[in-house]
Amino acid sequence: MRRFCLSRVLFDTDLVAGVSSRILSHLRHKSKYTTAPSMQKNQCCVKLSVQPSRGLIDEKVTVLVQNTLPGFQVTVHALHHSEDGHDWEAFGHYTANNTGTVNVSEDPSLGGTYSGVEQMGLLWSLRSVPGSKPWLRMRKINVQTPMEFKISVYQGHRTEGFTDQVPLAGVVVERWYMAPGVRRVPITEDGLTATLFLPSGPGPFPGLIDLWGGGGQLVEYRAALLASHGIAALALDYLTPKVTMETGKMVEMDYFERAYRLLEQHPQILGSRIAMLGLSFGTSMTLRMAVYSQVMKLRCAVCVSGSHVQPIEGSVKQILEYFNENGGKTRFNEENQVIWRDLLLPIPTDPAFKVEVGRLKCPLMLVVGEDDQNWPAPESAKDIKEMMEQAGNSHLLTVLSYPNTGHLIEPPYSPHFRASLFKTVDTHQKMVVLWGGETVAHSRAQEDAWRKMLVFLRENLYGSSNPRAASFSHL
Amino acid sequence: MSQTIPPVLSVHPTRALVDEAFKVVVTNLPPATPVTLHALHYSEDKDYWEAFGHYISDHRGMVSAAQHVSLGGTYTGIEPMGLLWSMCPEPGSRTGLRLRKRIVTSPMLIHISVYSGHITVGFRNQTPLASVLTERWYMAPGVQRVEINDKRVRGTLFIPPGPGPFPGLLDMWGGGGGLLEYRSALLASHGYVSLALEYFSPGELQTADLQIQYFEVSFNIVKDHPQVISDKVGIIGLSLGAIIAFYIASESKVAKPHCCVCISGHHIFAFGETIGSVQREQQKELKARVDENNYRIWRDVRLPVPSDPSEKIDVRKITCPLLLVTGNDDQNTPSVEAAEDIAQMMSSSGRQHLLSTLTYPDTGHLIEPPYSPHFRATNFIKPTTKEKVIVLWGGRTKPHSDAQEDSWRKILAFLEQHLYSRTPPKARL
Repeated sequence: MRRFCLSRVLFDTDLVAGVSSRILSHLRHKSKYTTAPSMQKNQCCVKLSVQPSRGLIDEKVTVLVQNTLPGFQVTVHALHHSEDGHDWEAFGHYTANNTGTVNVSEDPSLGGTYSGVEQMGLLWSLRSVPGSKPWLRMRKINVQTPMEFKISVYQGHRTEGFTDQVPLAGVVVERWYMAPGVRRVPITEDGLTATLFLPSGPGPFPGLIDLWGGGGQLVEYRAALLASHGIAALALDYLTPKVTMETGKMVEMDYFERAYRLLEQHPQILGSRIAMLGLSFGTSMTLRMAVYSQVMKLRCAVCVSGSHVQPIEGSVKQILEYFNENGGKTRFNEENQVIWRDLLLPIPTDPAFKVEVGRLKCPLMLVVGEDDQNWPAPESAKDIKEMMEQAGNSHLLTVLSYPNTGHLIEPPYSPHFRASLFKTVDTHQKMVVLWGGETVAHSRAQEDAWRKMLVFLRENLYGSSNPRAASFSHL
Repeated sequence: MSQTIPPVLSVHPTRALVDEAFKVVVTNLPPATPVTLHALHYSEDKDYWEAFGHYISDHRGMVSAAQHVSLGGTYTGIEPMGLLWSMCPEPGSRTGLRLRKRIVTSPMLIHISVYSGHITVGFRNQTPLASVLTERWYMAPGVQRVEINDKRVRGTLFIPPGPGPFPGLLDMWGGGGGLLEYRSALLASHGYVSLALEYFSPGELQTADLQIQYFEVSFNIVKDHPQVISDKVGIIGLSLGAIIAFYIASESKVAKPHCCVCISGHHIFAFGETIGSVQREQQKELKARVDENNYRIWRDVRLPVPSDPSEKIDVRKITCPLLLVTGNDDQNTPSVEAAEDIAQMMSSSGRQHLLSTLTYPDTGHLIEPPYSPHFRATNFIKPTTKEKVIVLWGGRTKPHSDAQEDSWRKILAFLEQHLYSRTPPKARL
């Protein structure tokens, strides 16, 4: 028998108020914010939305501010608290239109850390907050958690004191290097120090060896992001791997060949579709392996901000020694920041000091910043092109050259660092190194290069079976 | 090891809120190749749910759910989101199931896969060509979940990120009872402080639990919250929750909602009525029908709509904007007939301008957020007797899913209009 009654019992408004206020006082202390003093309780509130609220690091977001007054001035602000405990911020000054709306994708920023119509300016123009230690660089080490950004909108055109003011509205955005389903597999077998990222799904997938530069360590984020794009990527530590740290001996070519074999034999990786991607010193290794390794049959290679200049008969250790011998060519700018681009200049004419790129059999993409103050990447690219034209294999070469772009060409929307603290593996000295580049141009280059790199990798790794046939189709 | 070119399956975005659309595209297939797109979800109740569509790749070797026709499966036609809304339990599953997420702090995990050929069964026993894991979230990042554990009010409060203040909502489900948080979590992700209210446990609907006070206290928890704009609090209710919304909006001297959304509800409830009366109960039991499967059809229990206003909630007293959402194949509740009567009653008090009604064809009772699967009949525990039955909710899957998509968008627009928009100064005059 149903007994359901909505009878109007004589209610006691005090009782109702008493109960609810008791519950509320408990809730009040849980509330993280106090109400913005400029907004009274009976006013309407500014609405801030950032779409999507969860995305990959190379995806765009749309930032919309609504419900302000026509012509209202606001500052849209991004704040990130990095894993190493530092704070980073970016902001733009906007004026709402006649409906009280600001759309960051369409409206110009009138000032701040970026200006003009910049959909992603809140991310790529991030910089240390005032009072931070100088010359920091923002890099995510733990790729299994997202980067969290607090996007807020403040009243008026502000340039400082954001933490002292309550914003009109705020949202949280998650930016991920790893898509759902990507698996992270630490690798210690065969004496390797590496992490393998496998894309979501049964596979098999094309593979890639991912190399960073002279700072060493095991840097995972780019490999994680590539796996999110369907490529099984191995982040490989080749300067500070366990074996080197324990024995003091640097690795040799066979270390890279063991990494290649690991991918080739992996049940979820297509052995005939393995590429290599290197940045900075990683380029030196990539070109060496691509040309000289008998074991590695690379499908294609991408070299960012690097050079083919190295003693080709020398060991990896001897390559580093070669750089050090030229240490006298180090220059300093007026801020005493280190400029290392001259160490390999002029580009040698002696073939013993340049990887014989004329013998390359696979497509090669070079990405260079024309303001690279750390490596002579533009000069090297020019020389590589000449060598390949002379050898007759220049149809394999694509050069992406970006003006006003520095050395650290990272995935898109990463902040730009013109100079930062750096410690090379062999000198163990920390100094401020000049990387170069001007922020706006450098950020555009990062976006364009990444897109083109992905297309290049996809075409070569997922394309038809015979890459040589594909390349001849351009004739 | 196979050296063939692997197809590429992309689902974009891979992390999204449950009401956001995604694009499913397969590339790198040979041209004119039959494939099956498949979605798989393993629920909290440990059942497998799936949906699938049969496609043929075009001359470029591509399949796109948004552009190409599904030739068969759990959905057909050009249906970008068919892989979600057409989900049903795997063959061999328990019967009468309903898919509802209880734990909203974690996402629904859905595996989207592409299989070779046109297959209809045994997906889990085959290896797909490619597979992508996607996350579907009820909670946006930064949304706070606060349990209300006072013995007087049971519920969960969801607070959007940011300082606020925000408009608020009291959110009530229906006769199934219990505490369901997902709609409130989603509303908070859209900028509303929302209280998901539990007002009885399944099967334990007793008189004592349903005093109007309980709902007034709950409403005030939202209204008086430091991050809520006190004169911008609305109510959203489905089924029994909608009935309660009508009642509060008409009768409460304490809780004054700024607007109400009433989904699949009615007003055919006598104020002061106790259904304990045996006679009326017998009459009602007679009107409860069953179909050929013994599924309970309860839509007639309260029909015909009485003409005597004392046998109904007096909606003539409602002074706030009201949005009614109804399905004309609702087999559980006479929401369409009630909506017509409500319109007449509000006209008689000159307040018809406050009322908007959405009535969807071939749509049943359970009008949920978009892309939720459709449930024509499910297991149900009768509110007062704890008896387990199967209730017929109604609706046909495709039109019902369209209704869910359309109504949600309109509900959000209605809430934004009344709870967020700045009223121009002259409207106050």
